[in-house]
Amino acid sequence: MIRDITLGQYYPGDSILHRLDPRIKILATLAYIILLFIVNEWIGFAACFVFLAVEVALSKVPLSYILRGLKVIFLVILFTFVLNLFMYDGEVLVRIWKLTITDQGLKRALFMAGRLILLIISSSILTFTTTPIQLTNGLERLMKPLSKIGVPSHEIAMMMSIALRFIPTLLDETDKIMKAQQARGADFESGNILHRAKQMIPILVPLFISAFRIAQDMALAMEARCYHGGQGRTSMTEMRFRRRDYITAVILLLFAAGIITLRVLI
Amino acid sequence: MDDIVRMEHVTFTYPATDVKESFNALNDLTLSIEKGSFVAVIGQNGSGKSTMAKLVNALLLPGEGTVWVNGYDTRDEAHLWDVRQSAGMVFQNPDNQIVSSIVEDDVAFGPENLGVEPAEIRRRVDEALEAVGMTAFRKNAPHLLSGGQKQRIAIAGAIAMRPQCIVFDEPTAMLDPKGRKEVMRIIRQLHAEGITCILITHFMEEAAQADRIVILNDGRIYMDGTPREIFTDRDSLMALGLDVPMAVDLSYQLHDLGVDLPAGIVEEEELIEALCPSK
Repeated sequence: MIRDITLGQYYPGDSILHRLDPRIKILATLAYIILLFIVNEWIGFAACFVFLAVEVALSKVPLSYILRGLKVIFLVILFTFVLNLFMYDGEVLVRIWKLTITDQGLKRALFMAGRLILLIISSSILTFTTTPIQLTNGLERLMKPLSKIGVPSHEIAMMMSIALRFIPTLLDETDKIMKAQQARGADFESGNILHRAKQMIPILVPLFISAFRIAQDMALAMEARCYHGGQGRTSMTEMRFRRRDYITAVILLLFAAGIITLRVLI
Repeated sequence: MDDIVRMEHVTFTYPATDVKESFNALNDLTLSIEKGSFVAVIGQNGSGKSTMAKLVNALLLPGEGTVWVNGYDTRDEAHLWDVRQSAGMVFQNPDNQIVSSIVEDDVAFGPENLGVEPAEIRRRVDEALEAVGMTAFRKNAPHLLSGGQKQRIAIAGAIAMRPQCIVFDEPTAMLDPKGRKEVMRIIRQLHAEGITCILITHFMEEAAQADRIVILNDGRIYMDGTPREIFTDRDSLMALGLDVPMAVDLSYQLHDLGVDLPAGIVEEEELIEALCPSK
């Protein structure tokens, strides 16, 4: 089950989006998310949808792969939808007992759910088309000005990339520990939630111990390869804005200007 | 004098913990390793093998005595990165030494730390991946590779730093037979290309492939010689509870049964040749 999570995974490819500078992709995703919350009319929403649809098509990541990531948070979307549905005054469409669905409520609910879906797809496009290393490198560069005021930008980026690297390793480790305990009669599947949560404690303890052991090994291996923090460190992948990055920036600015104009005008 | 590693009267003591008293992992060890050689280090658990490996890379510093690597004293902090660049290291667990989630980025980690120019890093990474035969996997995620492949990536990571010497700390202990063979083939190939290889291992068949075997016991050198010299002294090995390679064992047993065999058989091929001459 855990392996189904496509959210935050890299999808190897060589599309134009894969080749864009990670910095521009991070900024574009952030800008897009902000724009999603600025939009409040159908037309703007449609524009956001089309923009993302073009992005998905350009990324060459299969749609089914992208939608699989949505499955995990389906409940969150549903919850948001239902909550918004009953929360607004307006022309009553349906009345169920004391709850009413108004035209405003329906619109808001659709907007909110739509926003969430677009938000998740747009951020997954970022992670699908950007390797974790590029992502952290990009973040590191973007945060660099902050290191002047004492933010350890290199260390944060390094921690993130190692955390990403170890997700699969720790999942394997968890699986191993669970199997070892199941082999000795542990039961993780029956009982109520509280009972099952209690059953997890014997997994967490060995998992923590092994996480520390891994961390120690890792630190040693990194030191053996001359790691000594960000000072004097170079990077194999040079980050240079190319023509395609400037074009992307221009398109993005036009798009943002359009959305904001719409919001102001309508 | 062309020694890449020179240890002089090295003693290393692990401090006492709650459950263990302090003990000397290495006792007045003096050992030189010639440039370009292939040395296997064997010994039982607790004989000081891994401690020795870490001293070569300045991951540990000697309590007493001096370790020289490529002419630098490992205690000299000004040359710490020179020491670690000269002596690469490959560890036992392939999972816990891979830093990045993309193969080629991991190989680039060492040169990046050294501050090498980006174009040069690219060149080194390509070469290193080529050397271990993993070029086809350069964009893959390491956790999806087999143990042997991961270990080859780790070796590529060491090669990319252009070391003169690589210390392999039981690199095959967690691998299946196929992975073990792959890794050994690469070690032999690196040695042929002139890199000094120090292989710490439990497997006698692997040690037999080296030019020289050093056996440690209680932090001291117990035996030191060519594989032929070492393995023909089966009784000393047995006294330590160590095995001998299958071919050696078999030829001894055959000899005891009265089969006429030349002394000093180490390799399987030699035994086959002695038993059924091909001509």
